[in-house]
Amino acid sequence: MIPELGHYALVLALFVALVQATLPMAGAATGNAAWMAVARPAALAQVLLIAVAYLALTWAYVVSDFSVMNVVQNSHSLKPMLYKVSGVWGNHEGSMILWVAMLAVFGAAVALFGRNLPPTLKARVLSVQAMIGVGFYLFILMTSNPFVRVIPAPLEGNDLNPLLQDPGLAFHPPFLYLGYVGFSMAFSFAVAALIEGRVDPAWARWVRPWTLVAWSSLTLGIAMGSWWAYYELGWGGWWYWDPVENASFMPWLAGTALLHSAIVVEKRDALKTWTVLLAIVTFSLSLMGTFLVRSGILTSVHAFAVDPERGVFILFLLIIATGGSLALYAYRAPSLKAGGVFAPVSREGALVLNNLLLSTATATVFIGTLYPLFLDVLDLGKVSVGPPFFNATFVPLMIPMVAVMAVGPLLAWKRGDLPGALKRLWSAAAATLAVVLLTVWVYGGPVMAIVGMGLAAWATVGALAELAERVRLFRIPLRDSLARAAGLPRGTWGTTIAHASLGIAIVGMVGSSAWQSETIQAMRVGDTAEVAGYSIRFDGVDQGIVENFRTDIGRFTVERDGAFVATLTPERRFYPSQQMTTTEAAIHTTWLSDVYIALGDPNEAGQWTVRLYHHPFVPWIWLGCIGLVAGGLVSLSDRRLRVGAPERRRSPPAAAAHAAE
Amino acid sequence: MTRKKRRLYMLGLALLGLGTATALTLTAFEDNLVFFFSPTDLQMKVAEVQDRSFRLGGLVEDGSVKRQPDGITTDFRVTDGVNGVLVSYRGQLPDLFREGQGVVAEGKLRPDGVFLAREVLAKHDENYMPPEVADALKRAEHFRAGETTLVKE
Repeated sequence: MIPELGHYALVLALFVALVQATLPMAGAATGNAAWMAVARPAALAQVLLIAVAYLALTWAYVVSDFSVMNVVQNSHSLKPMLYKVSGVWGNHEGSMILWVAMLAVFGAAVALFGRNLPPTLKARVLSVQAMIGVGFYLFILMTSNPFVRVIPAPLEGNDLNPLLQDPGLAFHPPFLYLGYVGFSMAFSFAVAALIEGRVDPAWARWVRPWTLVAWSSLTLGIAMGSWWAYYELGWGGWWYWDPVENASFMPWLAGTALLHSAIVVEKRDALKTWTVLLAIVTFSLSLMGTFLVRSGILTSVHAFAVDPERGVFILFLLIIATGGSLALYAYRAPSLKAGGVFAPVSREGALVLNNLLLSTATATVFIGTLYPLFLDVLDLGKVSVGPPFFNATFVPLMIPMVAVMAVGPLLAWKRGDLPGALKRLWSAAAATLAVVLLTVWVYGGPVMAIVGMGLAAWATVGALAELAERVRLFRIPLRDSLARAAGLPRGTWGTTIAHASLGIAIVGMVGSSAWQSETIQAMRVGDTAEVAGYSIRFDGVDQGIVENFRTDIGRFTVERDGAFVATLTPERRFYPSQQMTTTEAAIHTTWLSDVYIALGDPNEAGQWTVRLYHHPFVPWIWLGCIGLVAGGLVSLSDRRLRVGAPERRRSPPAAAAHAAE
Repeated sequence: MTRKKRRLYMLGLALLGLGTATALTLTAFEDNLVFFFSPTDLQMKVAEVQDRSFRLGGLVEDGSVKRQPDGITTDFRVTDGVNGVLVSYRGQLPDLFREGQGVVAEGKLRPDGVFLAREVLAKHDENYMPPEVADALKRAEHFRAGETTLVKE
């Protein structure tokens, strides 16, 4: 009964979305206030209905209702409760329910908090949001209905793919989707603005908080996925430039560009058409990410079994959404008035450069990811594009971007003083030199790694130097500096934290790719292996049965120069329900580097395959990512960006009139 | 700076970016495209693939997996039902590596005709068949028209 209730709620949500997609749009065109007013209750009703559907599915998982096909395929009565709840989105059908639920929540947030949005803009935004919703409701109901029953009901389920039974991955999809779906807000605002025919600073202030939420979530989602790949797959890598990874990375790159260009629209009323285009592109890339992952047309190391029919449906959604919005853009964008003028050397100029480099980088990732598909369609052979391609294209583009990143915030709007800005970065230059010399002394090479470490120092110290400059550190009494720091807008703090964190993450990325040591050995109990100055003794294997799996737990003692460092217990788990083995690596971190052990199979001679790694600086990647997210959240807490508060800030006359209620 | 001049400047920058990206992409493509071959393809292209990294795909032949005495290297044959290639891989095989299952390996062909794999692609799901492998098997099957099918999935 409960699954049917969920199914019914989903169908109702489709009809509510249909109404919301059409009536308010027509109302805004004809000036019919009553029709426009439909958007708000409709958006709220959608949330309510989709919540019922979502909870119904969760209920089926929690009580292990094996008469529901989706539960049979992805759950097991012995599965821990955490994975019963997270299992709802651990499969295709359920994850799509999560997708529309988030879409509905974002729509409702506009309906609730967008009180000072001009009524026509609000009606149009909610309408566009509902159109996306209609597409996905149809997709779920026609190709991926999670409420389908199976009769007779089996006694036990097939269990969730064991690789996904992991806390890191349990929360990876929700954050990733929160990011993807969050960009739908920027998209809806962009399309609505194109229909309205006006983009102004007030518009950018409404768009930025949503973009920040989406960007922060996507950053966290990608970082969690990377972290999971690092310790769960047992290959010791954290990024493979795999199509499925690139699928989430492209919207991230475009979203980062959008975040920065929206600042220019807000502060300087310039780059308007470009920002609108970026908003469309970012969400289109999010849709494409969903398509690439769900259609399975690309060979990925992370591939899951898929259904081609679904891919075709999403492809159509993608074509309609992207094609439609781009056509609208081509038709309407010329009518958007160009804004403020600026010199090439200025804050705007630096942000333009950031945008150019980020969008070019997005384009190279796009080409590398889709080229194999393109050749395949034209029947020109089967190829794959691997990490060397991306390292050769992406990295050279990021070097100038990071170099400019430290300088940009020190330039004034409109016309900047480059020599002056560089002079104020002397501390960053000194730090860069010191780090470069230190790197050469400790590691000696390779050249790219030395450049990378120098850039990382430049970015981090540069961001801190900019902050020191703002609070006039050491030039006025410390207490006054602290008072100034406390008075800085949160947005400024967010920028500093995010830029400094990117530098920290770069240290991790460079260090782990340049100086990783790895050894694979067949070890008997009692054997000792060496990696990067650590000696690792294999003490034995314990066996156990836990919940829904059997496990072999290796015991290793890590020593350095005869002194005890740590005991590590990598696991090898076997899940009988799916006849599948997973690897749980054991990691000892010193925050400067990780000692990493993955346990493999035993052979007939009683030897176990053991992979031992020393990963320098990998923890810095996770620290840097946490910092990026923190930067995003701190910016979000800036009261100027609060969704309910934008009209309180002084704004140009046009925007003020526009924002007036 | 006038609006026109600024626009020209921006256009120049954009073109520069685009040009750089194109140049980077093209040079990178030349060196880094990894082609996919089935064992049958390989028969015809042995000369072309010398010293080049490529992907080899097919099914792991039943009964062909042998662990070498060093305890780490594994030898196995990859087959598309018509031809087979001996593959040698040093390292830990993915958790879902099994005889009779689809596999994609990346590496180089040694002069003695053994494929030295640098990487064996893992799968997260045992029902998943890499699309290239499925396609290669289909082609090989077509080639042997009339014989019993080897593809069970």
